[in-house]
Amino acid sequence: MSTPGISTRGFGGQDESPNAVRTERLNVEQASYAYASSAQAAPTFTLGASSFQAHEGELVAILGPNASGKSTLLRLISGTIAPLSGRVELDGQETSRLDVRTRAQRIAVVHQESSVLFPALAGDFVLQGRHPYGRALRLATEEDVTIARNALAQVGGEHLAMRTIGDLSGGEKQRVILARALAQQPRLVLLDEPTLHLDIGAQVDLLERLRQLARENRYAVVVVTHELALAAEFADQVVLLHHGRCLRVGTSAEVYQQELLEQVFEAPLDVEIGPAGRPRVNLRARRNEDAT
Amino acid sequence: MRPLTMKRLLWTCGALAAVLLACVVIALKLGAVPISVIDLVLNLGRVAIGRSDQLPTEYRLIVFDLRLPRILLGIMVGAALSVSGASFQALLRNPLADPYVLGVSSGAALGSILALIIAPQVALLTPLGAFLGAMGTIAAVYFLGRREGQLDSTTLLLSGVITASFLMAIVMFLVTTLAGRDLRGYVFWLMGDLSTPIQPGLRWILTVGLLAGIGAIYTTAADLNLLITGEREAIHLGVDVTRVKLVVYVSASLLTALAVSAGGAIGYVGLLVPHAVRLVFGSDYRLLIPASALVGAIAIVLADTLARTIVAPTELPVGAMTAMAGAPVFIYLLRRGMK
Repeated sequence: MSTPGISTRGFGGQDESPNAVRTERLNVEQASYAYASSAQAAPTFTLGASSFQAHEGELVAILGPNASGKSTLLRLISGTIAPLSGRVELDGQETSRLDVRTRAQRIAVVHQESSVLFPALAGDFVLQGRHPYGRALRLATEEDVTIARNALAQVGGEHLAMRTIGDLSGGEKQRVILARALAQQPRLVLLDEPTLHLDIGAQVDLLERLRQLARENRYAVVVVTHELALAAEFADQVVLLHHGRCLRVGTSAEVYQQELLEQVFEAPLDVEIGPAGRPRVNLRARRNEDAT
Repeated sequence: MRPLTMKRLLWTCGALAAVLLACVVIALKLGAVPISVIDLVLNLGRVAIGRSDQLPTEYRLIVFDLRLPRILLGIMVGAALSVSGASFQALLRNPLADPYVLGVSSGAALGSILALIIAPQVALLTPLGAFLGAMGTIAAVYFLGRREGQLDSTTLLLSGVITASFLMAIVMFLVTTLAGRDLRGYVFWLMGDLSTPIQPGLRWILTVGLLAGIGAIYTTAADLNLLITGEREAIHLGVDVTRVKLVVYVSASLLTALAVSAGGAIGYVGLLVPHAVRLVFGSDYRLLIPASALVGAIAIVLADTLARTIVAPTELPVGAMTAMAGAPVFIYLLRRGMK
């Protein structure tokens, strides 16, 4: 449910199309950011104005090589940092202005790795997702337990509830972490390189699950990744970043142009359009004379 | 899934409180002058109904003026050290954190010695000095323990150990120059000792400070469960990380300071007790904090009773007892963590 009342536009903003069929969840509009060691120093990294929208049920991939600004964009979206210019809105409210509790009720963030210092049951770990809803001691209510159970079931992990986190495989652990995010009952799910430590089967499984969850629960899902093939196959929309610039936004078929990708990823690539209209990317063996 | 319930919380704490009570009775009974349990229960009953005037004088002296205050002091020191240990473990995300290992106890010792030198007549300045010393030390160790902007577990522990020995050297220097007074008393205090009775004014500060410190940390118990999995994750799960860290930092320093100004640098309790509690009752901070307070009290009461009786009539400093038990456990946890 977007809030149409907010009409103040940031620098260089463009009108959004009001006749979208699905509700717009996330609106990133000319958002930029710069890191500097101090207020006076020249910025060490700049993320140029970036814009894209994500609707409910949509899976957006933020794609780019290392140090392209993916994580910065994700932090902007999650609201932990405020954009230098432009705006990032979730359902019409700026994410960086939400208080930490409200933000946790609306945005769930899944990090690359989740370390557990002391042994904990996977089920209790999922229950942590209910933290932003409780008060004081936050002893779990029956409702919390039901929500956590359902979240585990949604990721196909009912059987993991009584297992210790440390004993889980990479893929199982990733599912439990995702279940905790679902238990937050968010409107937006952000994932930072979620496939990094997974083998290819678990990667496909996770992305398929994410797309399905986005549709079922009407989340908008934003995944940061450098996996070209996975983004091509599963993303409804791809945001391509390079050296802190937002190069392209569109469907994978629109964004995946051979020259562009070769330039961004600095590797010889073949791009062909598959039967489902989704591009396929293959690494082309570098011949000796190509090595320039 | 086995979420913590109010019932489990209350039952666990109730059971531990009962064990503590039993330990107190045993501690009252044991000592240079043996006292029968039946007498003890009878006389405790008399005190409870306000008929303490019926007690034999000698009996009252031994049990109520000598043993009981020392036991109560042990309870407070044990609870304070254990809760501050558990809190530092969450704050620094390090399972080996302990006020003694991190040098916080030494900082508190230095602070209280300095307060004693500056204004020997103002006794209540000692805990304040200890508090400032503890806060300063943990801040220093925190910054020394960072590598490339990240808190590094090994670097942190090393900085703590080095800071501790550096501060202890200064304390030794000060104590030796002060030696005109009571060197043995100071040395015992530095090793952790409960035999020196504390001033009545300090008793009140200790009690109020202890309750306030543990209470403040307990309000963040649910947040600590998340903080220990990582700051970023905690923020994304709705934890006001800055506030929680500040509360825990100040309160845990306060608890260490109170424990040190009352009983000196008793080591490893803050490490040993929370780990034992985790093994038995799980690592949920909502249970860990009250359970650690109670088990810490039990541990110190038992350790001090042993220290009083093991080589009677001579007494050992209680810190020697806790170090004998704690250091091997520390090594074990360190080796296990390296795997």
